[in-house]
Amino acid sequence: MNATRVDEDFTSSVHVYEPHRAGLPRLGPYVRTLWHRRQFAAEMSRSNIRAANTNTFFGQIWLVINPLLLACVYYVLITILRGGDDTDAAERFVHLCAGLFAFYYFSGALTTGASSVVAGGKLLLNMSFPRLLLPLSAVRTAFFRFLPTLLVYIPIHLGFGQPLRWEMLLAPAFLLMLTVFGAGMAMIFATLQVYFRDTSSFLPYFVRMWLYLSPVLWFPEDAPERFESLMIFNPLYSLLGGWTDLLVRGQIPDLSLWIGGIAWAVAAAVVGSLFFMSREREFVVRL
Amino acid sequence: MSAVTTTGPVGKAVQVENVSLTYRTTFERVPTFKTAIVRFGRGERAVKEVEAVQEISFEVPHGTSIGIIGANGAGKSTLMRMIAGILPPTKGRIQVNGRVSTLLALGVGFNAQLSGRENVVLGGLAAGLSRKEIQERYEEIADFAELGEFIDMPMRTYSSGMFQRLAFSVAVHMDPDILLIDEALSAGDAKFKQKAAAKMKDLVTNARTMFLVSHAMGSVKDLCNDALWMHKGKLMMHGEPDEVIAAYSKFLKVGEDAFSLEDL
Repeated sequence: MNATRVDEDFTSSVHVYEPHRAGLPRLGPYVRTLWHRRQFAAEMSRSNIRAANTNTFFGQIWLVINPLLLACVYYVLITILRGGDDTDAAERFVHLCAGLFAFYYFSGALTTGASSVVAGGKLLLNMSFPRLLLPLSAVRTAFFRFLPTLLVYIPIHLGFGQPLRWEMLLAPAFLLMLTVFGAGMAMIFATLQVYFRDTSSFLPYFVRMWLYLSPVLWFPEDAPERFESLMIFNPLYSLLGGWTDLLVRGQIPDLSLWIGGIAWAVAAAVVGSLFFMSREREFVVRL
Repeated sequence: MSAVTTTGPVGKAVQVENVSLTYRTTFERVPTFKTAIVRFGRGERAVKEVEAVQEISFEVPHGTSIGIIGANGAGKSTLMRMIAGILPPTKGRIQVNGRVSTLLALGVGFNAQLSGRENVVLGGLAAGLSRKEIQERYEEIADFAELGEFIDMPMRTYSSGMFQRLAFSVAVHMDPDILLIDEALSAGDAKFKQKAAAKMKDLVTNARTMFLVSHAMGSVKDLCNDALWMHKGKLMMHGEPDEVIAAYSKFLKVGEDAFSLEDL
């Protein structure tokens, strides 16, 4: 063994493989290896972004065209649904864009994360690495696809006459919570999909339903009164509600939104990563 | 077997002690709702156990190149995956001293939309190298694969031979202590095969350890100084390549029944 390697701890040491008991791997070494292999996850995600749209005429510009078209589609939809009632139409549209872009970031992380393990079958069969890298790489991909939509949002915000406010600077806090929550959900669904392949077919409907239940096409206070007490059980009510409140309307969200957002994010990440890690050594046999 | 020790002497690259692996699978490739209902109606159990590897023990010192031969489905690839730490054994213990690089399937982690250059980085990171280490090796890898200007073209434009050449080149330049190769000698044309064989000889002479799964007896004889013969998950023989290959060839000729009679 050559002693010059800095990362000897991880790659050039003694490995012992024994029958695993159901349950978690040792967390210390697992997290260290995960950290050590982060470049791999990053490169995997980067190459996926680069490889997507290589065959299309617009190429990477699709990252901007997509959110614009999406905003148009939903604007038409809510305009029709509201029957021409255009009070505060500008604010509504800006709110729609902010919510929709964030929601599509979340759903992108969720759906690509969910299929990451099953799609990475060949990699799983032939390489040994912490499997948690796969959903995390998918979340990174979703994040970098989301960044251009933020750039699209700025002209929309200004163009529809919304002022810049200092409260907007707090919005990334909710974005962070949304990311952590999305990563947790991606891990849960990635594990589920290994055992139950139909998950990928159910997921789009589940996501679409979630979109309508969340304050994206409507303002948080538009929720029918009898559902208002239940809204806190929808994680995206807190997460997207807080995000749009800060970004669009410049209001500091209620304390309940902050607490709800943080609680849901932490809960999803903890449950998701523990669930995933306790199952991941079985994945190879299940693929 | 006498090879069962809990703490092996230093200098052993791989110690495999009484290792078994049992898959529990369903009869169907993919369990579906329909078959679940049918089975429930008949009161059948869905699980079937496949004993892919049974009670195998052996030790491999550093610097050995060991050939693994046997029919399809003998458990050769499963054994390699266990040594690589991909499949956890059901029973027994495997100790591996050193960095393992696997060449179990070619081009794992490669993205066909990207250029060869980008895939070298991706493949290297997948194998556990840092970006800097890959940069240091890049020239060597590209030279070895002999792709010329194709190295900057998307890999979907490659011929299958070129694809394999690059994949092989990435795997052997990872500077592993232990290299696991599954049928990779089929990569490329005759000229590249010779070059690949020379490279592997080179690795072995530099006191690397190599596991080579192959159906080509010639290359096992040529490259290996130790051999394992597996059949239906069991270790049939462990010894000099010439002897093991002779026994295996005889077994193939006379058939399984005759052999086991003679073995008794």
